Amino acid sequence: MTTSLRLRAAVVSIVLLAVFLGAWHIATRSTGAAANMSPEYAKLMGMTATQGKSAMPGPLDVGAKLWEHLKRPFYDNGPNDKGLGIQLAYSIGRVMLGYLIAVAIAIPLGFLIGMSPLISKALDPFIQILKPISPLAWMPLALYTIKDSSLSAIFVIFICSVWPMLINTAFGVASVRKEWINVARTLEVGNFRRAFTVILPAAAPTILTGMRISIGIAWLVIVAAEMLVGGTGIGYFVWNEWNNLSITNVIIAILLIGVVGMVLDQLLARVSRLVTFPE
Amino acid sequence: MSIFDDPFDADSRVNAGCICGQHRSPAEHEHATLALRCEPVVASQEKRYENVVASAVLRAVFPEVTTRRAFLKSVGAATALAAVSQFFPLKTATEAFAEAGTPEKKDLKVGFIPITCATPIIMAAPLGFYAKAGLNVEVVKTAGWAVIRDKTINKEYDAAHMLAPMPIAISLGLGAQPIPFTVPAIENINGQGIVLSMKHKDKRDPKDWKGMKFAIPFDYSMHNYLLRYYLAEHGIDPDTDVQLRSVPPPEMVANLRADNIDGFLAPDNICQRAIYDGVGYLHILSKEIWDGHPCCSFAASREFITSAPNSFAALTRAIVDATAYASKAENRKQIAEAIAPANYINAPVTVLEQVLTGTYADGLGGVKTDPKRVDFDPFPWQSFAVWMLTQMKRWGQIKGDVDYKAVAEQIYLATDTRKVMTDMGLAPPKDSYKSFSVMGKSFDPTKPDDYVASFKIKKAS
Repeated sequence: MTTSLRLRAAVVSIVLLAVFLGAWHIATRSTGAAANMSPEYAKLMGMTATQGKSAMPGPLDVGAKLWEHLKRPFYDNGPNDKGLGIQLAYSIGRVMLGYLIAVAIAIPLGFLIGMSPLISKALDPFIQILKPISPLAWMPLALYTIKDSSLSAIFVIFICSVWPMLINTAFGVASVRKEWINVARTLEVGNFRRAFTVILPAAAPTILTGMRISIGIAWLVIVAAEMLVGGTGIGYFVWNEWNNLSITNVIIAILLIGVVGMVLDQLLARVSRLVTFPE
Repeated sequence: MSIFDDPFDADSRVNAGCICGQHRSPAEHEHATLALRCEPVVASQEKRYENVVASAVLRAVFPEVTTRRAFLKSVGAATALAAVSQFFPLKTATEAFAEAGTPEKKDLKVGFIPITCATPIIMAAPLGFYAKAGLNVEVVKTAGWAVIRDKTINKEYDAAHMLAPMPIAISLGLGAQPIPFTVPAIENINGQGIVLSMKHKDKRDPKDWKGMKFAIPFDYSMHNYLLRYYLAEHGIDPDTDVQLRSVPPPEMVANLRADNIDGFLAPDNICQRAIYDGVGYLHILSKEIWDGHPCCSFAASREFITSAPNSFAALTRAIVDATAYASKAENRKQIAEAIAPANYINAPVTVLEQVLTGTYADGLGGVKTDPKRVDFDPFPWQSFAVWMLTQMKRWGQIKGDVDYKAVAEQIYLATDTRKVMTDMGLAPPKDSYKSFSVMGKSFDPTKPDDYVASFKIKKAS
């Protein structure tokens, strides 16, 4: 039954994709050559003006270009033109760095907040104010104070991924079942041991949910941040191709951003499955 | 006008025959004032340096002008050169001269915005002008004017491509905290245009433009001042009758297509790109507003100059050299091909070629030719800076009194550039101020306050 359901879902998916591609292809067909244009003038004009070609590329254009990129993902033609593989590696590197710093700060701090009602109350107003700020709003401030654009991008990743982790960790730690903590207390388990052997395993699923939300946000933000600061990364690639009004390359980049985002999410989903426990 | 004083030209007159003293006849002066540009006569740099050295030697041997000329006349330039080189190793001296001071810092980063205004900065990398000056320069594409400003202030870039008014704005602390910046060289003159959406095909009279939305690249840009000037001359108050929006150049074409704006005054390759994509047409070129106006500049902080004077001089030499190369029409096709790839401007070669060669489609079905559509002249006239300051004051960007001259002289390094150009064997203008006319109204750099007061439409201060 499940296999047939899966099969049927796959068929529906493929049909949907085919319908979408077909509609896309038809919508972007050229409307035929424009009339009365002197050949000398036409030579100086683009395809959109002369052939009535749609400004949007069709699926075939995108496919051909994608193949071109996939054939040589790691070329390096100088500081402003690198292959997609290199650009993605830069972006992932930045995300990882900012994210790991966020993990290193958010989880211990979250523990503290979760275990101590006093600190929780004291820090609450700050967290409430800082949490809803759009990460990109930090960008000018970061550029101004850090004085380094790639560090600024990492800072922005850090600041956007720290809140979901912090809040989830605090919540997870605070909602560990009282009985378990009381048992630990009767057995006279020390504070550190209690944190690592009782609270951490119990709060792990909630913490990982926070981490999973964070990685998603971090990946969303890196593209925007790189479009702002430029230099390297997939966001810069989008901006550079946008500069050239090359919608084909922009669509390819969008596709790749989606794929990488999915992979990152699935990785953390795997990890969180490892730590879940039945109650 | 020639950027070379040929030391072996026996016919050159001792006293130049024009007002400014740098041209041989009033006619030539006239021509030069019209063209405002340097035209390299000798192609190679080595040859030029050789001339400078030879000239110095010859002058040392015959300090008297009349004797020198008599000698040249009697034996001919070729023989004179041969004679001089016999007892003086010209080649060695030339090499020693060309090397100048060793740069303190060889690996430099220079930021640019991908538009044709940056041509000299960009092409100097693929065509080897930086390497010739003994530098290893990485040219880095940057997302927008504010970012390029911040990155240069942060010292991520050693120098950068900036809009000509930006170093003035930064130094005065407009829109940023004041940091002394300098302009050793202007990048390009002309090379901008007003493009309107195809739906306004018949609205060629600016008087009909009330209520329209225009895009400009940045508040502190020649584009802003020129568009405001143009509109105001036609009786349109740019602050109340139309909307001016600051939009990054690459987004202008897309915005025009989406009908978010009615037109823009933008740097080139963007104008031509809108035409190429059939989105807009060229209303006028910016040279029809002010022929020979500066647009973008090559800027560096004063701190960079003091901490690495030799690197700065080498960089200026490379830029001046590239600018001189770009000013020659026959090199333009090669330049278009060199700067078109994704690593640099990232635009179709046809578009860049149309901009640089000046044979272009106007978007209305005609092919036009104007070889001066964009031109390159490195000399940072201080009167340009004074004009920009008058416009900043006119439109309320500067409040209160300005010491026009002091600001212009601190930022536009005419004196230093003149020295570099002279050392390179070019003949820069002797004055740092000149008057010019914008839409038929002449500008006197010595009376900036009267100039500001003379405009009917301006922001009340």
